Amino acid sequence: MRLKDIVAALGLEVKAGGDLLAREVSGGYAGDMLSDVLAHARKGDLWVTLQTHVNIIAVASTKELAAVILVHKRTPEEVTLRKAEEEKIPILISPLSTYAVVGKLYELGIR
Amino acid sequence: MSLGSDNVSELRADLHIHTCLSPCADLEMSPRAVVREAKRKGLALIGICDHNSAENVPAARRSGEREGVAVIGGMEVTSREEVHILGLFATDRDLFALQEIVYESLAGTNDERVYGEQVVANEDDEVVAFNTKLLIGATQLPLDRLVEKIHELNGLAIAAHADREAFGILGALGFLPDDLGLDALEIANPQRKHLLPAGLGPPFIVSSDAHSIGRIGERYTILAMAEPTLAEMRRCLRGEEGRYARI
Repeated sequence: MRLKDIVAALGLEVKAGGDLLAREVSGGYAGDMLSDVLAHARKGDLWVTLQTHVNIIAVASTKELAAVILVHKRTPEEVTLRKAEEEKIPILISPLSTYAVVGKLYELGIR
Repeated sequence: MSLGSDNVSELRADLHIHTCLSPCADLEMSPRAVVREAKRKGLALIGICDHNSAENVPAARRSGEREGVAVIGGMEVTSREEVHILGLFATDRDLFALQEIVYESLAGTNDERVYGEQVVANEDDEVVAFNTKLLIGATQLPLDRLVEKIHELNGLAIAAHADREAFGILGALGFLPDDLGLDALEIANPQRKHLLPAGLGPPFIVSSDAHSIGRIGERYTILAMAEPTLAEMRRCLRGEEGRYARI
């Protein structure tokens, strides 16, 4: 499934990488400990987290993740947004909790 | 042992000790009891660092003056990313300026039955107040902002138990951000220090992170300094003029 379909289905706000939404998503991962995400996320995953520190972009970039969804309407730091554009990692915002976002993604067939 | 012309000598410092103000610490850890135990263990310098509060620091300092133990006032602040940062300060004015910022960004009320009591005591072991804030919680302060604030207030910013997965900087952020400007990294388990970048990044310290009396001084850092003050500690961490920190 493409990112743009997910953005539409979940009503996500696009904070960075608006020109990258044709990207394919192959799976998903949820986690707030970046050490865990580094160890377990797979290439092409959509990552759901509440962390907004700039390190999330480095993690997403090295693991070649499709995009990051921030939950609870978290606002990313300026430097995080800047780095996201540089590294071509879309940042999407949801008002929902991690549990609800993951549930919806699962229903859409992202597994 | 004396080194160099500045009369620098080695002492034992345990810079991360809790008191009964921390909900997760033993109630018997009154400021006076902590200082007396530190003296018994041969520590010349201690740091009092409760979770998100510094209200037991003045009593600890007065006890320290009575017992001949130097006390540096500090706080273990939980950042928005759930990283624990120690802020150590030279004056109570700076320390309580940080406390004000922390309190403003710390939501919730403590539930003593779940998290434990948060006792403010004086130097005579009398209970002065119960802190009602949810000190075990996380502030909304982003890590870089928190470190910046501590530095603006002339304090030292140290990543607490940097090698530990829970509330350590490596676990939460995956790797050390290189532009954070930390003054030191505290290692919880010296056997795991290989996980952290030696030589290139901030220097290491080791402390007990004691939550019970018996653990005070279980681990400590050797500081070679002219006098047990924050200013001298900063020079130890920078390795200036014969001063050093050794773990």
